[in-house]
Amino acid sequence: MASPYNDLVLEHFKNPRNTGRIEDPDGKATEGSPACGDMVSLYLKVDPETKVIDDIKFESYGCASNIATGSIITELAKGKTIDEAKNITWQEASEALGGLPKIKAHCSVLAVEVLRSAIQNYEEKHGLVTEKVATTEEIVRKRLKKVMNPIKGLDMVATHLVKEIDITGGVVRIVIDLPETHQFANAIKEDAIEKIESLWDIDQVIVEFTD
Amino acid sequence: MENVYYLDNAAATRLDEQVLEVMKPLYFDRYSVATSEFGYSLGVEAKEALDDARTRLAKALGANSQEFIFTSGSAESSNLALKGVAKALGAKKGKHLIVSKIEDFPVLYSARTLEKEGFTVDYLDVDGEGLVDLEKLQALIKPETILVSVQHGNQEIGTLQDINAIGKICHDQGVLFHTDATHTFMRVPLDVNAIAVDLITVSAHTLHGPKGIGGLYVKKGTALAKIMDGGFQEFDLRGGMDNIPGAVGFAKAAELVTADENIRLAAMRDHIITMVSEQIPDVILNGHPRQRTPQNANITFHYVEGESITLHLDMYGIAVSTGSACFSRSLEASHVIAAIGGDHERAHGSIRMTVGRFNTMEEVVFVVETLKKVVENLRKISPLGKE
Repeated sequence: MASPYNDLVLEHFKNPRNTGRIEDPDGKATEGSPACGDMVSLYLKVDPETKVIDDIKFESYGCASNIATGSIITELAKGKTIDEAKNITWQEASEALGGLPKIKAHCSVLAVEVLRSAIQNYEEKHGLVTEKVATTEEIVRKRLKKVMNPIKGLDMVATHLVKEIDITGGVVRIVIDLPETHQFANAIKEDAIEKIESLWDIDQVIVEFTD
Repeated sequence: MENVYYLDNAAATRLDEQVLEVMKPLYFDRYSVATSEFGYSLGVEAKEALDDARTRLAKALGANSQEFIFTSGSAESSNLALKGVAKALGAKKGKHLIVSKIEDFPVLYSARTLEKEGFTVDYLDVDGEGLVDLEKLQALIKPETILVSVQHGNQEIGTLQDINAIGKICHDQGVLFHTDATHTFMRVPLDVNAIAVDLITVSAHTLHGPKGIGGLYVKKGTALAKIMDGGFQEFDLRGGMDNIPGAVGFAKAAELVTADENIRLAAMRDHIITMVSEQIPDVILNGHPRQRTPQNANITFHYVEGESITLHLDMYGIAVSTGSACFSRSLEASHVIAAIGGDHERAHGSIRMTVGRFNTMEEVVFVVETLKKVVENLRKISPLGKE
């Protein structure tokens, strides 16, 4: 039987391009989490004048389609401006790889999302967010949907872990419906803080537990 | 592919030529159905071949030949055990069953089907090494409990249950006990005269025998109803065409397994476990360190994903399997690893290597060396395990 992956995908899987880390990156992001499955991190160096992505590296804790997509997405993004790069779609990445198995879409979407998140992280850190919308509970909730609950393998919003969100004068307070001593409490807390703290109008993120 | 290093013998095994040789005459010479002693000669000879195979397999379990029925494999055997007992005793005695959480799919899904039909099922917990909690089992048994099903050896992590203790608990309370011995038959001692057991699932596909033939030991007097209607074959417990070549091949396959072979398999298993644990950092052995089937090694490699490992190994001609969700058709992580460890990460990087008759120590050494390289390379590009 033929492999579900074509030769190009296998080639990128075997010899992934642009792997590793960038010290002092201008933008970085992580999508997914170890406890629930695939996880991918991406690091960017951006030219401050031209906004061109000069260097890009990724790391993957994932399956073949995750690694291959990480590889192709870094190739596609390198040399592009951040505005061009953030419009790269999963479809384009998949086409550049000559097609990916549909059932593996989830694993490869992660590698596309992480590029967008890293660019967003860069924009937020460098005051480039053009539409400065004040952070609302809805925005916080949307970001928390990217924080996985390892107990269930689904995000913390879908699994009803978010009990309360309060935003007052640049301080976000989140109450998580777990005891502080729970084995995953700290991992979820750190992940949640990372997703919220880069918002342009947020100075502090406080995560509390129910007991 | 030039060299194949096949370490997935728990899934299926290469047929032994000696098995094929004894099967051939049943396809070309004595190919008829098994007839009664009043039938034509060819049919009588076919019947003799079937009965002889049955007697030999029953004997391997210490049973009488009337206590061994042929099925199409371990899935059918376990279906018959669970559904057959449920059908025989559901109305008479009760509608409660107990199965362990780490059973293979035929037991697990037969139990779920029975739940839909109005039976209740308790799923028995296991500890971190995969052993069922005997006290919990004792506490779960109720007057309406009709069957307990706990496997002998696990399909993924190889843990061997103390089926003697489990059987005694069941029999003390008058409950039938079924064990799935697909991964232990002929590999681990199993004698129905020494163990309190009523039903045993066995199969040829794990023993270098043919696919599509298995058996169910049914202790004399056990309440079991037929679920496959057809003719009156198999003591009227399983209708359908007798697979006589399969039965004869199964008996031969069982007889070809020797104590020496099992020692050799265990030595290869131990080499994998010891070398990987010594030479690759951040690994965990899944399953029990001592109480495990001779053919099974299952190891989690932290910071890397199982499908990526198997795909790299495949490029070297090495065949293994993983409990990672990414590898399975359903994208669900191994229920066995979940039951012993609790998180997805342990399943995500788990690799099962199961050895068989046609593996050599040289192959196993090559596999460990390759695994070392592959895991190291994948860890280089992983965001985890760096600090």
